[in-house]
Amino acid sequence: MVAKDVELSLPPGARYALIGPNGAGKTTLINLITGMLPPDGGHVLLGEEDVTGLEPAQRVKRGLARTFQMNTLFPRLSPLEAATLAVCERRGVATTWWRGLGAYRGEVDEAYGILCSLALDAVCHRPTCELPYGQQRLLEIALALATRPRVLLLDEPAAGVPRDESAGLFAAVAGLSQDLTVLFIEHDMNVVFRFASRVIVMVGGQILVEGTPSEIAADRRVQEIYLGGGRRG
Amino acid sequence: MGAAGTAADPRHELASRARWRGLEAAFWLAALSPFLLFPSHLQLASQIAITALFALSLDLLLGYAGIVSLGHAAFFGVGAYAAGLLAKGGWGEPLSGLAVAGAAAGLAGYAASFIVARVRHLALIMVTLGLGLLVHEAANKAHWLTGGADGLQGVRMWPLLGRFRFDLYGYTAYGYSLVVLALAFLVVRRLVHSPFGLSLRGIRENPVRMPALGAPSRSHIRKAYAIAAVLAGIAGALLAQTTETVSLATLDFQRSAEVLVILILGGAGRLYGSLVGAVIFLVARDQFSGLNPQYWYFWLGALLVLVVMVLPNGVLGGLARLADARPSSGGRPAPSPGGRGIVGRLARLAPSRRDRTS
Amino acid sequence: MLVPVVGVLFDGFAYGMLLFLLSVGLSVTLGMMNFVNLAHCSFAMLGGYVMITLTQTLGWPFLAALPAAFAAAAAASVLLERALYRRLYRASDLDQCLLTIGIVFMSVAAAAYVYGTTQQPIETPPYLRGAVTWLGLRLGVYRLFLIATALAITLVLVLALEYTRFGAQVRAAVDNQRMARGLGIDVDRRFAITFALGSGLAGLGGALAIEMVGLDPVFAFTYLVYVLIVVSVGGLGSIGGSFAAATLLGVSDVAGKYYVPELGAFLIYLVMVGLLMWRPAGLFGRR
Repeated sequence: MVAKDVELSLPPGARYALIGPNGAGKTTLINLITGMLPPDGGHVLLGEEDVTGLEPAQRVKRGLARTFQMNTLFPRLSPLEAATLAVCERRGVATTWWRGLGAYRGEVDEAYGILCSLALDAVCHRPTCELPYGQQRLLEIALALATRPRVLLLDEPAAGVPRDESAGLFAAVAGLSQDLTVLFIEHDMNVVFRFASRVIVMVGGQILVEGTPSEIAADRRVQEIYLGGGRRG
Repeated sequence: MGAAGTAADPRHELASRARWRGLEAAFWLAALSPFLLFPSHLQLASQIAITALFALSLDLLLGYAGIVSLGHAAFFGVGAYAAGLLAKGGWGEPLSGLAVAGAAAGLAGYAASFIVARVRHLALIMVTLGLGLLVHEAANKAHWLTGGADGLQGVRMWPLLGRFRFDLYGYTAYGYSLVVLALAFLVVRRLVHSPFGLSLRGIRENPVRMPALGAPSRSHIRKAYAIAAVLAGIAGALLAQTTETVSLATLDFQRSAEVLVILILGGAGRLYGSLVGAVIFLVARDQFSGLNPQYWYFWLGALLVLVVMVLPNGVLGGLARLADARPSSGGRPAPSPGGRGIVGRLARLAPSRRDRTS
Repeated sequence: MLVPVVGVLFDGFAYGMLLFLLSVGLSVTLGMMNFVNLAHCSFAMLGGYVMITLTQTLGWPFLAALPAAFAAAAAASVLLERALYRRLYRASDLDQCLLTIGIVFMSVAAAAYVYGTTQQPIETPPYLRGAVTWLGLRLGVYRLFLIATALAITLVLVLALEYTRFGAQVRAAVDNQRMARGLGIDVDRRFAITFALGSGLAGLGGALAIEMVGLDPVFAFTYLVYVLIVVSVGGLGSIGGSFAAATLLGVSDVAGKYYVPELGAFLIYLVMVGLLMWRPAGLFGRR
């Protein structure tokens, strides 16, 4: 049993953080919500709509996007190509074959705009595999944003990003639109405290407790889980 | 905003890849040279053009969408038999025969695509191999239709456009094949630089990410597979029409394997790789045709091993690395041989080599 | 008519056991490293030709030559693994396919050059010829020998996998390679050993196959298709799966040839494609 009896609701515009020790089932939860894993029971509702029976791609079309904990990018495509791909798919023009990409001004401009907002414009023509790790993490977010989601699930956006590159990442997360509902998994407590309005703690596949960051920091059980309360909050 | 310049810049870079280059014009001009320089080898030239078209169709699948198919000859054969049977039945008009063959192969491809689009890795290899073997076996057994091991007899073609007869000299054959190849090439070239082409490359680079972008990958693959089947069928029809025979060899595993070798030799995912590979392979085979067939297979095997170990991006890839000036990568060399991926997988994303965490 | 049915089942099972010996190595190594080794049957062919040379030319006894065939194939695989395969563990499916197809071409050409293109005759020892009668059925002695050998090997394999440390490590590596490495298991070395064993078994299978299905230079291709069917239908990394799939394929093939010869191999291919549609990871596969 990797995730059990999880009941979760995210109000619009929320900034929720999902924390918990490794193996607690956080990524599994995201896989269940996005449809990559079928649930044994229960429902996933997006707004008023029950999306439990829908495939992942269909859920994305309805506004549910995610990023991956391990970079899941297109190595030999450039960021601009990748973002344009995402925009074309969203706009439904991805099956047209008789006009070159250069003719799709709107799509390319939109993709470029997203890259600019994440400070990736300077490298937008280089193959993704040549980008430094921090910028690849940003591209992860850019691709998710290109689908114009209503709900965004970020799986450890700061994972592995070195200190000197994390500023850009924080700026990106801070800059996310207020209409967007965001749930992010994080281990880095700095990120959690800066951006989360509410924190959910998951342990052993179940939700242990939910509350504001200060409430969670003060919670005895949470302190025990994180190695005997040694952490800064 | 960005320091890269005006908003016209990003499109400029993408559009520039689709522009025709001088080298391409030179290539097509050179393709006319057999008429003048090698008039006694026009039949061979025609074979090369046909094989190039076949390889091009596979490149769309393999080089651009990342689908490894060990049974692509099935569509070549379907096209060949369709055109042959039509001519045998009394309608020997070449162009309409081409259309019918393309449609037949396309239909077969579309049907098969429902199976192919749902599997990956070993299952994909096996399914494509299995389908190829199935079609070959069916053609073998149905000798009332196909002539079985003896091949199709009685294929008589009418003159092309009412004027150009198919004869032993091969002028018509080569002209016909070359024009069809060129037209097909134009179509594929357009496709590859379009949003659909970009989607296919996305599927190749990371099939997991595509659904996360809302992309209907399976639908894209089905379309690509059907288009590739149409082109392969047209190539098969060309063979049937220019040689006025059809045999089981158009369908067998050897043909599927050979076209794979040709594509890899020239370089997959590079359009011209299929053409270059066809030229090299068929010219070489013609030169060595006097030899014991065992020698041919031995050196073919050795060549394959060599290409994989040393020149993983084929001849064109090797040349590109030498030239070291590919606009798409901003002047940087392509990724190293060990990491090249036609079928991209999560563990092989280049970032994981620099991954600081696991 | 019970007798023909039982006869078909018996022959089919024997053929299945042969296919199992030929396939089990590939299934495990594919499951461990995902390395698509299409040259697997070249090792089988090597075992067969070594067998021929030893027994026919050098006059070795049959039972002594069998382990030699195993050893020769295993040794050849070690050489190949060191020289070429090891560099391509992280390459794409396609690269691995092409490299190994190239090796198959070379092996087929070499075999034809050295031994000629005709079927190789082999003289089995007198105690393995003929048939025994049991409960009114005539059972070929050679086939009984084959079945017994295969079952014995299966038992050894299963016991080794379940009860030895090496076996546990192999199972771990098949299950989750990254995790296994993380636990400190030297997966590459385990793989090299498993690969040698698997290729050796293929060589043994090739040696045993001569009497039943013959040996010629295209053996490496002909049986590759069957082996791939067994592996993909049975599921990667699964000995039980390979056993079941091999039995299924062996019986289907023999039954098909006996009852509906007009269909030929068509039925086999159709069943395979159908099975893969239903279960892409194979009957017992996990992925």
